[in-house]
Amino acid sequence: MFKVDTAFKWLCLGCAGIIGVLMMGFFIQLFMSSMEIWNEFGLGFIVSSEWNPVTNKYGALPSIIGTLSTTVIALIIALPLAFCAALFIVDARPQMGNILGQAVDLLAAIPSVIYGMWGLFVLAPIMQDYIQPFMVDKLRMDKLPWVSDEFNGFGILTAGLILSIMILPYICAIMRDVFQMTPAMLKESAYGAGCTRWETTKDIVLKYGIRGILGGVFVGLGRALGETMAVLFVIGNMMGMPDNIFSGATTISATLAGNFPEADGMQRSALFALGLILLAMSFAIQVFAQYYLHATSAKRGEAR
Amino acid sequence: MTKTRSILPRKLKDLAIRLFSGAAVMIAVGMMLWIIFTVVHYGYKAMSVSFFTNPSRPYGIANGGIANALLGTVFITLGAAIIAVPPAICAGIYLSEYKDHKKLVNILRFSANVMMGLPSVLVGLFTYIIIVIPSGNFSGFSASIALGIIMFPVIMRTTEDMLAMVPYALRESALALGMTRTRTTLRIVCLSAKKGLITGVLLSLSRVSGETAPLLFTAMFADSWPFDFFSSPTANMPVLITEYATNSPFAAMHQAGWGAALVVTALVLIVNLSTRIIFREKKHGH
Repeated sequence: MFKVDTAFKWLCLGCAGIIGVLMMGFFIQLFMSSMEIWNEFGLGFIVSSEWNPVTNKYGALPSIIGTLSTTVIALIIALPLAFCAALFIVDARPQMGNILGQAVDLLAAIPSVIYGMWGLFVLAPIMQDYIQPFMVDKLRMDKLPWVSDEFNGFGILTAGLILSIMILPYICAIMRDVFQMTPAMLKESAYGAGCTRWETTKDIVLKYGIRGILGGVFVGLGRALGETMAVLFVIGNMMGMPDNIFSGATTISATLAGNFPEADGMQRSALFALGLILLAMSFAIQVFAQYYLHATSAKRGEAR
Repeated sequence: MTKTRSILPRKLKDLAIRLFSGAAVMIAVGMMLWIIFTVVHYGYKAMSVSFFTNPSRPYGIANGGIANALLGTVFITLGAAIIAVPPAICAGIYLSEYKDHKKLVNILRFSANVMMGLPSVLVGLFTYIIIVIPSGNFSGFSASIALGIIMFPVIMRTTEDMLAMVPYALRESALALGMTRTRTTLRIVCLSAKKGLITGVLLSLSRVSGETAPLLFTAMFADSWPFDFFSSPTANMPVLITEYATNSPFAAMHQAGWGAALVVTALVLIVNLSTRIIFREKKHGH
């Protein structure tokens, strides 16, 4: 009997160990596969903006810039929306709050390739026909250095918009958990002292749950950073440096998915190197997310 | 002297925020409905019996269906479940039931949390390196491994959370009756958390069945039936959608793409919603 118990424990430990092995395996395998690039270009690969399979010159900068700019746009749009939506859902009557919460969660269940298709056939034409002309002609935003008057519906802004919808449910779910965590006593004291709802939220709930909210931001950031299909469909897939938010660009994940089948030799090694960069970025962000979510009991918005 | 603030601007600000909050929820829910409506609107025209019974065809050939891709997706997803679920549940049991190495447990839980947040495209790349290169060919099996890697940490963490909800008195009673540790864990703890475990598995299955990026590096695509599952590229729904939507100028293929998108979305949402409704449990501790 004793032996069965010991064996079962070791079995479970072995299975749990898989996750550690995988984690290290990711770094080791991607590093080994991209050795060729690191030998050839060194760290210059990260800051070089050239991507030319013909001359075998590769640089990661355009992909990195594309990844960062789409992610930033997505966060700027999704963050206030998710914050306020979570506020509404938590304050609504339990029955309605529950239904609305589930409805927002459904956004996370829709596969990303569906977002991509929707972006390609619905959002991109709308961007081209209405939103981008409005931004240029009516708002005169082309005076800004990062907006141009040339557009075709695809590009960084469109990708950022789609990403913002995709990461909204994840951030919103965490914020809901954070808001619900605030002790009722604290909120009631604030109401008793004459605060309005917004003042209570701003001064009590926000301060109490700031770590959880930061954790939510990082989870959203991580999602946006690595999203592939939806971005691939609408970003325009240009390997050059983007000039403005209307220009076609690429992200690390879109470059990986778009170029991998045809790539071989040096180019394939360059793609593995891009993968390693994305891995390092995501890893860092997940570590921050973990750090901030650790103090809260907030779920991570997955498998809810 | 304290500054007195008049009530009106404060109330107005509060009202503005509330209105914006309502608008934010409407935008989120509206987007969800808009996307689903679009998929249904374009997709239902593609629905026909032959759409479900014909295999996909190369460009320009009419009457392509989705039968092979649907079967391929079922094979790949089931394969992923078979590979990932048993070890993931064992791993979750270790995190929740064996506390004698707290530090190790914390490190493993941390790794699982980090793994859950890693982009799926990297899982595809990783699986390509460890399976596709050594075996020399793309295959449905390698796709199962990739999806299994994605499912593993999710099920592991759900299992841990679910088992942690089982009251300690239950374990103690079982052990006091002379049951072994293993038997207690499997027959008492896991059984009482059964609902939660099934929910976790089904939700993660519905999640990975729509994953596309990892399949581009592993299963690829083929117009054939997916019976060479272990040795050749395997048809599957997400890549079929990608191919039809982006790589072809033909309206008929776009329409077939929307049809396939409708099938995938419907499957994912039905599994997701029914799991939530059937296995809905009161939140712990309230």
